[in-house]
Amino acid sequence: MTLIGDIVFWLFGAVAVLSGAAVFWVNSMARATYALAISFVAVGLQVLMLDQAYLGIIVILMMVMEMAVMAVYMIMFMGMNPALMPMSMVHDKRLSLSIAIVTFVLLAAGILLTAWPSGSPPPAEDVTVALGEALMGSKMLAMVVLSPVMVATIVAGVSLSLNRGRYDRYGEDLRRRNADDPQPGGVGR
Amino acid sequence: MGSAVIEVTPGWAIAAAAMLGGLVYLAAVFNGMLASRTVGRSPVATLLRPVYETARLLRQRRRSTVAADALLWRIGGAGMLVAALLKLTVIPFGHWTLFDFDAGLVWFNAMDVLVWAMIWLVGWGGNSAHALVGGYRFLALAVAYELPLMFALIAPAIAAESLNVGTIIAAQSGLWFVVWMPFAFLIFSVGVLGFSVWGPFASALGPDIAGGAGAELSGVDRLVFFAGRYGVLAAGAAFAVPLFFGGGSGPMLPAWMWFLAKTVLVLTALIWVGRKLPLFRPDQFMEVGWVLLIPAGILQDLVVALVVTNQ
Amino acid sequence: MTLELVLLIAAALFSVGLYGAISQQVVVMVMMGLELMLNGVILAAGAFWWFLSPEPTGQVLLLVIIAAMTVEMAMGFAVATLVHRVRGSDMTDNATELKG
Repeated sequence: MTLIGDIVFWLFGAVAVLSGAAVFWVNSMARATYALAISFVAVGLQVLMLDQAYLGIIVILMMVMEMAVMAVYMIMFMGMNPALMPMSMVHDKRLSLSIAIVTFVLLAAGILLTAWPSGSPPPAEDVTVALGEALMGSKMLAMVVLSPVMVATIVAGVSLSLNRGRYDRYGEDLRRRNADDPQPGGVGR
Repeated sequence: MGSAVIEVTPGWAIAAAAMLGGLVYLAAVFNGMLASRTVGRSPVATLLRPVYETARLLRQRRRSTVAADALLWRIGGAGMLVAALLKLTVIPFGHWTLFDFDAGLVWFNAMDVLVWAMIWLVGWGGNSAHALVGGYRFLALAVAYELPLMFALIAPAIAAESLNVGTIIAAQSGLWFVVWMPFAFLIFSVGVLGFSVWGPFASALGPDIAGGAGAELSGVDRLVFFAGRYGVLAAGAAFAVPLFFGGGSGPMLPAWMWFLAKTVLVLTALIWVGRKLPLFRPDQFMEVGWVLLIPAGILQDLVVALVVTNQ
Repeated sequence: MTLELVLLIAAALFSVGLYGAISQQVVVMVMMGLELMLNGVILAAGAFWWFLSPEPTGQVLLLVIIAAMTVEMAMGFAVATLVHRVRGSDMTDNATELKG
């Protein structure tokens, strides 16, 4: 990569790591969530710079959406107001810090000491088309597994977090015409 | 199919921002004319109202609330305009584009997901109950319109066999996409109205919660947020042109003139339709979005895919 | 920009996420730590693809990792909601028993 490209890549890397660390350091739930969002956007931009256009943009899209929804959950569970209150609820700070540092040292040693094979030059043809053809062709198994897993996740997530299920809303024999909700929703058919 | 656009140097971004400013001004004037007609005032007076409003807001004192999260609040307020400008980078102005990105369609989608974060941040940062309710209403509506919007955006990509905006324009040299994929255009318009909190989806900024997410904004913050809201609407209308209306194609006039004409047409149509339709409550629209619009979008994609494979 | 440097950035992200996942007491914060770990894995997978073997089918691994992250988040929040409704608390310390 060019010199400017290298500097920009390092900048994104520094932003990713620093905002990732900021997640556990700031004292407001919304700030923690959006610090994580910034970390993801930085990683997505780095993946973009590594010639993977579609995947980088997908990471940014999905993660910003996820963080916006996650912020709602954070507020719901921890009930913080925007006033910044100190939150430092950790188990055993020194032990976990030392575990994290030891892990990093081990990984870094592995990275620097392994004899990586010399790489091939990056491809020039259409990377997105190649990904699509791979998913629908030789790697169809990945798509076939991911699709039902996603649907199962939707169903399982909804059924786990329901407050009132089908039998509460439609009666014991599911015969009631209109659902018995304390707060009615939908178009009202 | 080759791409129909040429990438220009980044210095032209200033001209693109100026064009967005012009479209925002036009949208504000048109909305003001429609509003003054319902009240009974003369519409000609609205031609200079945006200038007066801008001067008034720039001069107004910036108010803040107790214990407001200023960092997140100001990021949310300014972020709408940034999202609109980033969307504009992949939209070709006739034949010239700022960023000929391989996945330009998904870039547009990612930038309008930024609006999710921005409106929630504006609602959260002000430490005000009404603003927070507005932000939450927007997220509920967004969850409902986002998936149909994504399915509608896929339809032109299937027909052009590419995610590149230039290739999508080139694939419409025979017939504009709006002719044979009208449902995709309708669902796309629903999405544009949704992410610019306009018309039937304006409950996030509604008067029943004292202005919703924009309740505590004042002065230059208010100016930037509402200009950004118009900017996102204008950028969404501008993106409909390369997606469904053939980009800059048309007889006699140069491509950029046709692009501007079509953009203004779509923008005025969206503003007019937005004023005609009644308000959707977020829980009402949730059912419409998931039960009606997603199957319609999938069926539209199926029709497009069948047409493409049988050509 | 060599492979080792990008992998070091990914390892740093992984370690920060590991610290969060081990030390935090609130369920959603533990999940944020897990998200950071997967973030590092995404960057590392992208770097491996670009530097070592940029063949077309290698990107499918990245897509699978992104999908796994999404599924983990969805299920994690569903379980957190359920635990909050039943136990009335969001601390991992109160969720150590399977009873109730």
